[in-house]
Amino acid sequence: MGKELQKQQQSYTVEQLVAFNPYNPDILPDLENYVNEQVSSQTYSLDANLCLLRHYQFEPERMSTQIVSRILIKALMAMPAPDFSLCLFLIPERVQMEEPFKTLIVLSNYLETGRFCQFWDEAAKSRHLLEAVPGFEQAIQAYAVHVLSLTYQKVPRAVLAEAINIEGPSLDKFIEHQVANSGWAIGKGQLIVISQNLFNHPELKKNGAEIVPLEHITRIFPILS
Amino acid sequence: MSASYDYDEAAGSYDDGHRQSQQQDVGYDPNFVPDSVKSFVVHLYRHIREKNVYEIHQMYETSFHTLSDRLFKDTPWPSVDAVAHYVDNDHVFCLLYREMWFRHLYARLSPTLKQRIDSWDNYCSLFQVVLHGVVNMQLPNQWLWDMVDEFVYQFQSFCQYRAKMKNKTEQEIALFRQYDQAWNVYGVLNYLQALVEKSAIIQILEREKAGLEQFTANDGYHYDGGSNVVKVLGYFSMVGLLRVHCLLGDYQTGLKCLQPIDISQQGVYFTVIGSHIATIYHYGFACLMLRRYVDAIREFNKILLYIYKTKQYHQKSSQYEQILKKNEQMYALLAICLSLCPQVNLVDETVNSQLREKYGEKMARMQRFDDEAFAIYDELFSYACPKFITPSAPSFEEPLVNYNQDAYRLQLKLFLYEVKQQQLLSGVRTFLKVYSTISLAKLANYMEVDEPTLRTILLTYKHKTHSVDADGKIISNADIDFYIDDDMIHVVESKPAKRYGDFFLRQIVKLEGMMNDMDRIKLE
Repeated sequence: MGKELQKQQQSYTVEQLVAFNPYNPDILPDLENYVNEQVSSQTYSLDANLCLLRHYQFEPERMSTQIVSRILIKALMAMPAPDFSLCLFLIPERVQMEEPFKTLIVLSNYLETGRFCQFWDEAAKSRHLLEAVPGFEQAIQAYAVHVLSLTYQKVPRAVLAEAINIEGPSLDKFIEHQVANSGWAIGKGQLIVISQNLFNHPELKKNGAEIVPLEHITRIFPILS
Repeated sequence: MSASYDYDEAAGSYDDGHRQSQQQDVGYDPNFVPDSVKSFVVHLYRHIREKNVYEIHQMYETSFHTLSDRLFKDTPWPSVDAVAHYVDNDHVFCLLYREMWFRHLYARLSPTLKQRIDSWDNYCSLFQVVLHGVVNMQLPNQWLWDMVDEFVYQFQSFCQYRAKMKNKTEQEIALFRQYDQAWNVYGVLNYLQALVEKSAIIQILEREKAGLEQFTANDGYHYDGGSNVVKVLGYFSMVGLLRVHCLLGDYQTGLKCLQPIDISQQGVYFTVIGSHIATIYHYGFACLMLRRYVDAIREFNKILLYIYKTKQYHQKSSQYEQILKKNEQMYALLAICLSLCPQVNLVDETVNSQLREKYGEKMARMQRFDDEAFAIYDELFSYACPKFITPSAPSFEEPLVNYNQDAYRLQLKLFLYEVKQQQLLSGVRTFLKVYSTISLAKLANYMEVDEPTLRTILLTYKHKTHSVDADGKIISNADIDFYIDDDMIHVVESKPAKRYGDFFLRQIVKLEGMMNDMDRIKLE
């Protein structure tokens, strides 16, 4: 019967386990494997990772430094979402004072405060740590492009280059790609025109007509009748 | 709300357990049942059997407190064994009685470790009945909320108690080891989760949205002879889960647990003031920690206005003190939110004037983001945050140290870290307010930084004022927005759309009321 049960359990995906059986200590190994799977398949599940950190919080002796650092790197890659802080809230302070977490926290601080130049310098020093997670650079570049798009209509080429840490011909290629796929344009001088969005063209926001919900109007029904 | 949120502060010391337990012994005979108590249990038992919710509510809300005040001010109620034969030794009634017995003990005295463990056992038995037995009672929402609320409170209290390891005796440590399942965090979460599942409340709320079922319209009660117990317990357990996750620092998961309840609408959580406050307080706090300031401001504003308007009706309630306490805490949280995200236009005038009165001066200082400002952020956060817990048991081997502050210190540190990251933004805001366009060079000069640094500050401003909502959509929280074109900053002040519609509706209702009043006056 034990075997039967095991078989049945294995037929559930990790996502299902997290959704329907999140408070079961037995799913911890599955969740750990799932972190490694996310790393190798370049996928991401915040809920599953928070669930795992919660289990570590409940049973600190089972915590794996390597898994936690992978979760944190994945969370950095999810910027601008606040996932990195969400993970830190669950990791005991004494653990956060140790490497590699100290470095990751420094990296997160640079990203949170738009200091890309310092970020890439620091990241270069910790290559061994970050290279273990494929797609890291691209994810951070996507975040940089996101913040730049919120901020600039036209951005100097040098500012872009610094933020995404790409120069020369590779930068040309990157810009070409954005022109083809994201509606960027090459402007006069050394300016890159970023495609319009609600945030760098705030006037696009519609000042829609005022909507009064029906429940509010019902209050004056007795008066109107 | 159980009258219990804050014993930690009030009593100050669980370590007095021994002295307290001796006090309990003096003059307290657990087997002595005064006539009034006998009459209380007999009647309560009868009303429960007859499903007379109104009478149950009266006895539960009024008689129980009156008797407690009169006869059991600083002793426990008579033991369950002493009253059992008055109620046919009814198993479920005895469990309910003990639940109230422990609640009263927690509220008025300091429970010993053994009593804490016994109370856990009682909750287990009670929930087992609900989950696996046949329940056909109808209990007041207030009572069902209190059960969930107290269950979570006692869990929190147990974790705090256990974390103060320093003065624990050998006997206590032996008890901790022997009953290591008592108030175990997995157990607590699994009971709440099991109640949510067993009640099928999530599906019920879904069906209700589709118009296939009534739940909210009946305030969760059953008027056709059914039982509301499982459903409503399941409903409140979602709020319980939100609260437990907040205590653990898992805000994302907490909000997820609450998701089936649409807090933009009035729901069953609204029917009990304690549950209403607990829901919004934890929701708002979680949003604050997730940097979703606008969501937090909106909900705090709504409930603070609600409390302001309805406060007087709760004056006689045993929970009045607790309501006021949470009210003050939410003003402190609102002050924090508005300091980080100055969207005052989202706040009602009444709430805003209360806020200015309480925190006007502090908020002005918080804007400066100097050391003194950080001290105020620290102070307000510490005053208003939930009582964070460390859920894991200590290893009892090492030298015994207190770790009851660890969880709180971590959350505080991370919050202040966030504030620090935003410290330069209020400076930018000040300048953006007075310019419609300004060059990067000029602004850099004013702010006394170089141009590359200014660019990072502006990126930070954009990043921090644009949050990601539950669906991954980007939401602007900016009161003042801007964009950069080459090296020129263009400022866009988002003017709040004036809500004339609601204003006129309010005035129409007011005028009508006034005219009715005048019609009623007869001039001699």
